[in-house]
Amino acid sequence: MKKYLAYALLLTLLLVAPLLFYPVLLMKVLCFALFASAFNLILGYGGLLSFGHAAFFGGAAYVTGHAIKVWGLPTELGILTGTAAAMVLGLLVGVLAIRRQGIYFAMITLALAQMVYFVFIRSGFTGGENGLQGIPRGTFLGLVDLSNDRAMYYFVLGVCLLGFGVIARAVHSPFGQVLRAIRDNEPRATSLGYNIDRYKLLAFVISATIAGLAGATKSVVFQLASLTDAHWHMSGEVVLMTLLGGLGTIFGPAVGASLIVTLQNTLSSGPLGAWVTVIMGLIFIICVLAFRKGIVGELQAALRKSFN
Amino acid sequence: MFSDLLGIAPQVLFGQLLLGLINGSFYAVLSLGLAVIFGLLNIVNFAHGALYMLGAFAAWLLGKYLHIDYWGALILAPLIVGFIGVVLDRFLLRRLAGVDHLYGLLLTFGLAMLIEGLFVKMFGASGQPFAAPKALNGGVNLGFMFLPYYRAWVVVASLVVCAVTWYVFERTKIGAYLRAGTENPKLLQAFGVNVPLLTTLAYGYGVALAAFAGVLAAPITQVNPLMGSNLIIVVFAVVVIGGMGSIMGAIVTGLSMGVVEGLTKVFWPEASSTIIFIVMAIVLVLRPAGLFGRTN
Repeated sequence: MKKYLAYALLLTLLLVAPLLFYPVLLMKVLCFALFASAFNLILGYGGLLSFGHAAFFGGAAYVTGHAIKVWGLPTELGILTGTAAAMVLGLLVGVLAIRRQGIYFAMITLALAQMVYFVFIRSGFTGGENGLQGIPRGTFLGLVDLSNDRAMYYFVLGVCLLGFGVIARAVHSPFGQVLRAIRDNEPRATSLGYNIDRYKLLAFVISATIAGLAGATKSVVFQLASLTDAHWHMSGEVVLMTLLGGLGTIFGPAVGASLIVTLQNTLSSGPLGAWVTVIMGLIFIICVLAFRKGIVGELQAALRKSFN
Repeated sequence: MFSDLLGIAPQVLFGQLLLGLINGSFYAVLSLGLAVIFGLLNIVNFAHGALYMLGAFAAWLLGKYLHIDYWGALILAPLIVGFIGVVLDRFLLRRLAGVDHLYGLLLTFGLAMLIEGLFVKMFGASGQPFAAPKALNGGVNLGFMFLPYYRAWVVVASLVVCAVTWYVFERTKIGAYLRAGTENPKLLQAFGVNVPLLTTLAYGYGVALAAFAGVLAAPITQVNPLMGSNLIIVVFAVVVIGGMGSIMGAIVTGLSMGVVEGLTKVFWPEASSTIIFIVMAIVLVLRPAGLFGRTN
């Protein structure tokens, strides 16, 4: 009962948020929260550190932008096309990457994402250094004009809640259980008869697809798809958000993403603007050394302690 | 006799081969350092590219403020950066003993962001020119190509450093300790060897190798805060291709990937920036453990 009350409160907050805060910033937070949650599925629950998720995020942004701007697809279909592209890319990268484990997995995903990045630099449809600019926001089902920031916010909220729903469903399903079993002890999961490669690949593809959904939505919000979205710094940023919020917790990545996005936004307009990378690096180091459970993880641990 | 080999002017072909060999030397020295560090610390040093940049900057700063010439910097810069590495290991990496290896990667990633961010803030993102030593100015015409002395020196110096490292690891007492530390650190400790010291030295040495490559690269690429940031990813791909199992494997893979990249620039220029990643994908399909890796 308490749980439902909390969810209802959270939903109300999300619904009234654009009346209190700048909607564009909120939409950015939502997109990155979804991106980090998708990433958390593979790292937090699957135990696989992907350093290449920017390829899915940025790739979907490009495809969506191209589909809407050049092919003239409606917004919803454009986002779906971008998401599908991320799924295919996720399948290709995943098939190769799951052949190795641990740090090799991280290096392989990083290298393959870098390759995708180079392809984006070279191919004409991405607009190279300028990016794909002026993507029209269009309408939702031909009814609601999305160039209005508030309308756009509710559309983004809907898309993101759908994404969160899929992730939460996956985590709390038998599939999620097996995934955690593989993370905790791979040989044991194998000996129990699970085809671990298939589970890992499926988790990777779901994660890539939803990361793509986040990137596609972001490109419509900002009407821009650029190389920044596909660069490995972006992959690092999503690792940081997830780590800061709490690996393997449902709400952690969203909390981490909100903090990092807000922090970047505040810093970039202030006198510390040039120090953003340094500050991100510092937070990273502090998280790894002193704070490995992340904010939500530490809170959960503290709560558990006070109950015992 | 070399005229129009496969329809390509020999100057172009051999010029790119030399360039490939130079890049390959950097790949070899950097992946060698990564392999040494990984062997003892079980950490993939993401900060390797940043420390390579630090080596180049150390040389540039030594020249600018202390008027130390290239040769002095080639010795001093790796020592300075190696010392920084020792400090980093003692105060940061040491704290991660017993934690999942992935955290080592994340910590060094944070370090790389911190170091590169600081240098961009202090020196700007554009490069600082760094002159090659006077003794190595000019070059020699070999008939089929022009060979600049400095570039030849880079290849020779890298090969010598690789050979010395190989000799130390495979043929000396301390090398035997290092290899034993890679295989079974607990047992080695039980025999009375100071394994934590050995680990720190390995990190310092691996990092010094990166700085050495940085100084060698400085006259070719200019001294730029982000010079190592994309390079490290290519080196990671090289490491995946070779596997981190052996010293010789790292050297051979590094050099040959440089040459492959150089040849691609001649025959298939569009793919030159991605060819190493393509090779990596093929190796992963055919031989997932890497060319010199062991499966276990």
